[in-house]
Amino acid sequence: MYKKIISVARLAILLLGSSTMLLTACNSGTSKTEDAGKDSTAANTVKIGVLHSLSGTMAISEVSLKDAVQMAVDEINAAGGVLGKKIEPVIVDPASDWDLFAEKSKELLTDKKVAAVFGCWTSVSRKSVLPVFEENNGLLFYPVQYEGEESSKNVVYSGATPNQQLIPAADYLMSAEGGGYKRFYLLGTDYVFPRTANKILKAYLLSKGIPKENIIEEYTPFHHQDYQTIVSKIKKFAVGGKACVLSTINGDSNIPFYKEFANQGLTAATCPIMAFSVAEDELRAMDTEFLVGHLAAWNYYQSVDVPENKKFVAGFKAFCEKKNLPGGAKRVTDDPICWAYTDVYLWAKAAEKAKSFDVDKVRTALHGLTFDSPAGTVKMDDKVNHLAKPVLIGEIKPDGQFSVIWKSQGLIDPQPFFTLNKQ
Amino acid sequence: MELLLKINGIKSGKWTGPKWLWPVILAGAVLFFAVRVATDSSGTYVQNLFSGISLGSILILVSLGLAIVYGLAGIINMAHGEFLMIGAYTTYSVQVFFTNVLHVQSSNWFFITALPVSFIVAGLAGLLLERLIIRHLYAKPLESLLATWGVSLILIQTARSLFGDLTAVKLPEMLAGGWRVNENLVLPYNRLFIIALTIVVIIALYRTLTATRLGMQIRAVTQNRSMSACLGINTKRIDAMTFFIGSGLAGLAGCAMTLIGNVVPDMGQTYIVDAFLTVVIGGVGKLLGTITAGLGIGIFSKVLEAFFEAVYGKVLILLLIMLFMQFKPRGIFPDKGRTAAD
Amino acid sequence: MQLKPAKLINILFILFFAVVLPVGNMLGLVSVNSISLWGRYFCFAIAALGIDLIWGYTGIMSMCQAFFFCLGGYCMGMHLLLKATALQQQLLPEFMTWNDITTLPWFWEPFHGFVPALVLSLLVPAAVAFVIGYFIFRSRIKGVYMAIITQALALSMYLLFLRNETNLGGTNGLTNFKTLLGFELHKPGTKLGLYLVTLAMLCVAYGCCYKIVHSKFGKVLQAIRDSEPRVGYTAYRVLHYKLAAFVVAAALGGLAGMLYVPQTGIITPGRMDVKASVEMLMWVALGGRGNLKGAVIGALLVNCVYSYCTSVFPQGWLFILGMLYILTVLYFDKGFLGLFEKIGSKIGIKTNSERYATGSK
Repeated sequence: MYKKIISVARLAILLLGSSTMLLTACNSGTSKTEDAGKDSTAANTVKIGVLHSLSGTMAISEVSLKDAVQMAVDEINAAGGVLGKKIEPVIVDPASDWDLFAEKSKELLTDKKVAAVFGCWTSVSRKSVLPVFEENNGLLFYPVQYEGEESSKNVVYSGATPNQQLIPAADYLMSAEGGGYKRFYLLGTDYVFPRTANKILKAYLLSKGIPKENIIEEYTPFHHQDYQTIVSKIKKFAVGGKACVLSTINGDSNIPFYKEFANQGLTAATCPIMAFSVAEDELRAMDTEFLVGHLAAWNYYQSVDVPENKKFVAGFKAFCEKKNLPGGAKRVTDDPICWAYTDVYLWAKAAEKAKSFDVDKVRTALHGLTFDSPAGTVKMDDKVNHLAKPVLIGEIKPDGQFSVIWKSQGLIDPQPFFTLNKQ
Repeated sequence: MELLLKINGIKSGKWTGPKWLWPVILAGAVLFFAVRVATDSSGTYVQNLFSGISLGSILILVSLGLAIVYGLAGIINMAHGEFLMIGAYTTYSVQVFFTNVLHVQSSNWFFITALPVSFIVAGLAGLLLERLIIRHLYAKPLESLLATWGVSLILIQTARSLFGDLTAVKLPEMLAGGWRVNENLVLPYNRLFIIALTIVVIIALYRTLTATRLGMQIRAVTQNRSMSACLGINTKRIDAMTFFIGSGLAGLAGCAMTLIGNVVPDMGQTYIVDAFLTVVIGGVGKLLGTITAGLGIGIFSKVLEAFFEAVYGKVLILLLIMLFMQFKPRGIFPDKGRTAAD
Repeated sequence: MQLKPAKLINILFILFFAVVLPVGNMLGLVSVNSISLWGRYFCFAIAALGIDLIWGYTGIMSMCQAFFFCLGGYCMGMHLLLKATALQQQLLPEFMTWNDITTLPWFWEPFHGFVPALVLSLLVPAAVAFVIGYFIFRSRIKGVYMAIITQALALSMYLLFLRNETNLGGTNGLTNFKTLLGFELHKPGTKLGLYLVTLAMLCVAYGCCYKIVHSKFGKVLQAIRDSEPRVGYTAYRVLHYKLAAFVVAAALGGLAGMLYVPQTGIITPGRMDVKASVEMLMWVALGGRGNLKGAVIGALLVNCVYSYCTSVFPQGWLFILGMLYILTVLYFDKGFLGLFEKIGSKIGIKTNSERYATGSK
């Protein structure tokens, strides 16, 4: 009997001990930051969150953005920081798990109390964190082109809105200069960006007098690898002449698609592909010979010829080599990388202007801000958190770079809610 | 008791409907295709058929290794897809080695070298896995599924930190382009190569299993492990050899896969469920079953994809498979007799 | 009266989570974030109980539990989204307007009310499980075949839910919820309330499962696990038992999903991909298969490790998780609970299972 009581007591102590450990473990982030003070700016550093997937399916694209943010932070810190404070990035891994994006953003905002968060790539990850940012009045810098139909005051959208990428591309293809194409095959991965992009494109093309039967829409699942059937459909479509493909194929499906495209005997001369999701970083891995001549529409290319860009590209390569990142000096920059990098500077500049890290003040300071980004001078809109920027159409060169073949006149204003009559 | 078991076993593996139904369906399908191909002017149906065979050959290539490993050891190797990835990265490394160290300009040689190298590297990796982990799990299929899942997580992350993000292999010059049959029909060389490779692998594997000493021993152990051990076969050695061959085949498939797709850390995950389905439909551990099932799934998917969008094609094929399992719960070629009971 | 250690553990567990954490939260020691995190883990634990029932006790490896989890989640998500839409004075959820849909699809109609949504989020998974289970078990698919077939099913449903034509939000799923029964979801009070409800449901689910596995019905399930043919020979309808267990497991998954959605704020098809279901199996394997406590502990533990490691070791957490899986399968056949029992017996505590084993009840 006595023995039993002893053993029960022992168990109770054990359990209590482990539960306190558990409590401290699950709560370690909170207590530490609270000791440091209510504000992320208490010490001599200011915290920012980096919310890019480092594992899982999206890691392929997002790791580069994390590197770009890290590089911008290093540069700013080397130059003395922001408002006299060094930036301290808090890097977490949402692991391409959309629920985890919400969880991690909560953690960054409420426990780590970061001043701003830089992150997300896919629409779904942005949608997942959006309520969190709105509830906690955080500030998310989102560097990727997106489908529009959304303009939160808690998100700074530095990627292109539909009218900054899709419409100029369609206009270019229909113009005499671009080849006067009359038949369009809209091909995308099945998620919200391609769906909305194609909806906008279709409406726009119809309004320009392209008959309905000359526009075909098709979607493939994520990570689709087998494009035989679709390419043969395109081939049949292309027989009619003056045909092109508008591709919103995402990530790793691109290589099989382009390979199949070339192997079935289609070329840029007979049927060019205008891609909205293929940038230098994707091309780095491809065998570029059979891609030559195909097009893409972005706001930035590594080949953009401005001094800021030369410095940025050289800096990025040196950064990757110094940090021993995979790829090293062979790494390239592209549109999302450029904006991820620019975002940190925009935030720092706005904070300097506002003389505070407070989200509301930074946001007010952001509006109307101009910045000499690697893509040239860009300007924050006065009302919405979007950038006005140039639109460039590029042609793929054999070395995996783009040569800019068309450039918009001046900056194109952002238009998150796209409507036809405005155009 | 034994009699009961026997009845139970046969019953569960038996299609109880009319016997003539399957041959009739098969003949119907063949006839349908024959008519289509004959009356086909634009080349669409030949193209679809070719696409189906091509997809099927990829599935077969991926599934063969899985099939012999499962058949022999009762291991569901969730990391099988990752051996595919190892094969693909080996090919990539060989390419880097050829262009950067040996300065060979022609892109043909590296691929020819990569084929055996990827087989051996993936095979050795498989051997290592077998020695370290799998041999503790023989005949525990469900546990093995979980352990190998852990292995696959580790392998994927290792590849990611070693090679970084997206990489792709250059298409060898000899396999670029395609065979122009007529104006509308081009059969790409890389896909023809994969079909040819699959045929070669099937023949080689068949020869190995039927005509060599090792093959005989593998089949003996597959059929009855303890009896084989009694007869003096070193079953542990056979297990290791089988795992080597199985993983090597996955590596070879990975090498072939670089011809049509990209090389990413989680490339194996794309094929693993399909490969499992192929093995299961064929009847676990049956080579002929795997081949039939692979071709069947490939052709059916492509035919469906021609009528529906790609996603529905995939969903439909999965539903068809479930329907099929209603009538043939143990695959196309189930084991006969008592072994089928459990 | 003397407390058995097993009961003591239960009481301590409930005390800690039902009293210590909320009080800690009120005193400002525990952040609301941690509270809702634990609330979500409890949802996983409920789903894990379902897996333990079907896998641990009946021996059927079902690899589509995450699908049932999502069915429940989607049912609740549809209700929440309709409420949020009504709150914004709109007729249709946002994503439908982009997809050119003008009227609410018929299957969204029942979800206007809270009670129907609640009932449906249990009923839909159960009904789907009944249909699938009937066909699978009828044709005597078992073991590996069962695992692969359910995996294929999970994959095909995942692909289907990804489509925008299904009118369930496609890849983006359902998000932007505002209120539940009039309570605003982002308020700390609501979060604490949801946490407590989830904890209560976990206790109820545990209690039900405990009753089930210790009833005659549960014994038959275990008999099926150990030798299915023999149960058949003794004139039990194996099909019915397996089907019942499968349906109960699915309903538990649905319950978990239903509780999960308001706390997470989003439900996407990503929750039900092939990986998600395997992970659920891993929780149970890690905690201790065939032991209800094991399922709960496994789910809580793995998710803690997952959350913690993705923050602290963003590059290396997959290694940690992978190693954990391998080591568990290789060395702790009975999971962590088995490990504790071993340690416990070394330091002189007799646990329940040992007492059964020695027969000194």
